[in-house]
Amino acid sequence: MAIDTEVPPAAQEIQTTAVPGHSMARYLRDSWVLYLFVLPAILYFVIFHYWPMYGAVIAFKNFSPIKGILGSPWAGFAHFERFFNSHFFELLIRNTILISVYVLVAAFPVPIAFALMVNQVDYPLMRKTLQTASYIPHFISMVVFIGMIFLFLSPTNGVVNRLIMFLGGGATDFMGKAVWFRHVYVGTEIWKETGFAAIIYLAVLSTINPELHEAAIVDGATKLQRIIHIDIPGIVPTAVVLLILRVGRLMDIGFQKAFLMQTQLNIDASEIIPTYVYKQGLLAAQFSFSAAVGLFNAVINLGLILLVNQIAKRVTGNSLW
Amino acid sequence: MADRDLSSDADHALDRVLESTPRRGGRTRPSAPDRVFDAVNLTILALVLVALVYPLYFVLISSISEPSLVNTGKVTWYPRGLTIQGYTRVLRDPNILIGYRNTFIYTAVGTALNVTLTVLAGYALSRRDFKGRNVISAFVVFTMLFNGGLIPLYLVVRNLGLLNTLGAMVLPTAVNVVNLIIARTFFATTIPDELLEAARVDGCGTARFFFQIVLPISPAIIAVEVLFYGVFHWNAFFEALIFLNDPDKYPLQMVLRDILLRARLSEMMFTGDPREFAEIQMLAELIKFSAIVVASAPILLLYPFLQRYFMTGVMIGSLKG
Repeated sequence: MAIDTEVPPAAQEIQTTAVPGHSMARYLRDSWVLYLFVLPAILYFVIFHYWPMYGAVIAFKNFSPIKGILGSPWAGFAHFERFFNSHFFELLIRNTILISVYVLVAAFPVPIAFALMVNQVDYPLMRKTLQTASYIPHFISMVVFIGMIFLFLSPTNGVVNRLIMFLGGGATDFMGKAVWFRHVYVGTEIWKETGFAAIIYLAVLSTINPELHEAAIVDGATKLQRIIHIDIPGIVPTAVVLLILRVGRLMDIGFQKAFLMQTQLNIDASEIIPTYVYKQGLLAAQFSFSAAVGLFNAVINLGLILLVNQIAKRVTGNSLW
Repeated sequence: MADRDLSSDADHALDRVLESTPRRGGRTRPSAPDRVFDAVNLTILALVLVALVYPLYFVLISSISEPSLVNTGKVTWYPRGLTIQGYTRVLRDPNILIGYRNTFIYTAVGTALNVTLTVLAGYALSRRDFKGRNVISAFVVFTMLFNGGLIPLYLVVRNLGLLNTLGAMVLPTAVNVVNLIIARTFFATTIPDELLEAARVDGCGTARFFFQIVLPISPAIIAVEVLFYGVFHWNAFFEALIFLNDPDKYPLQMVLRDILLRARLSEMMFTGDPREFAEIQMLAELIKFSAIVVASAPILLLYPFLQRYFMTGVMIGSLKG
């Protein structure tokens, strides 16, 4: 999501209509209500976002709930050192990056292809059916979704294994093998989110000037040629921006999916930083240590998105904010 | 060809995505390469459609079929050995009913709070004459880039005495940055400055202008926000996992997790007859399928009516992308 926080030129227009000399008083008399409107939201961000940012200092302390944040003794970088030296460090970083890169490479192009293909369907009913059906998985809750995955992939009576056996293969315990975890993660991700992600591409395709296509048809271009020379160049700018955003979130995998897909058997591939933080922090009550792990991840995320934004600014001439 | 819609206004983008005017290759028959393309394209998309819909259809037919037939792979295209046992067991489970009730409350209260805060703040931030909007926007957007982490947030919620309360389910997610930007963009692009000027000339204050003029012409943004936040709350699992440990407060998704992923079938689903426990194993999967339908039906049934608002929201959200 790109955010534009600059005031457009039109902004001054309204202010200049105020009576000269009394502009500030006049402005406040007119507009104090706007501050009232925005106040609850600001309070929310202060309490539930900025206060925890301050609270993250416990990563540098030996936090004890009784002494509070201020009263707890400093620990320096001890928790970070412990994390970097633990054998979990390499595993967590590897799992996080592998899942992220795999999703990026395998799942990112799918909505583009889907949108290009749907865009070529000449039958309105088929088009509409395809689109509606493709958004539905997005609305299924993560718990239900993962529940379905377990049911379908069950080694004893899951549909997928029955199909494999019907075709002459052997049953595989997909959820119980670490080697399968990433493939299942990415494959199901594609099923769930392709339709949702394709909406933006379909919207962009619908804004391409039809005259381009008409001219191409007159020149005898085939559908495939028109996709390659008109549609794809038309959606590349959008795809680049979305790709940049995605790269900026490379270390930011959602907690829920990996957590719910975890079993004792696939933990070597499914343990990622957020699930580790949850277990160490809330289940084992190691507040400072897990806060340090979480902070480490947050700092990497921030660094990545700033870096990616700088690169985007250099390469494309416009940045995300 | 002359009566073809040649405009490429973004205004019509949504209509075209939904009820697209097909682009046909003029009055001549499609060329041979195009016919091959269409055949391949439609075949692949038909398979995609099956892949999208079949898993959901399979859950539905399995939830009303004899479990022994489902488990042995005899249920493929239509239900067999009709039974409503799964549903009667699920609906007999007090945990499901409590979960349903709690989810209903969290969704209603949470969405009302979300929409109020988001629409008020979104409107204020959309006003170009609102001094400080850039600072506030930056303050809000920064929370997307960096966060204090799970443990500090948990400590804040605990310090506020919100653990195991309704507050924990609605306050930490009171405003979503993306939804706020959607509201801001909506107001900024649909409420012309002239309207505000005219109202001012008539002596209409900011609050009256917002409630009597802006809100009545903005039902679309209210619908979009209700939909986005409502779906979020209905499917919410993370907040409950972190902030609740009293089963009486659990939302539906937590109950579902026990049934679907932890194989914890409530004894209450069974009448207590010892002979029944032999059935548990058999019924376990039937109950899972039924639980999935019971939990997902409300959203999936409402979805066709809400699709339009959902699309509108995604479009506004991506305007700046």
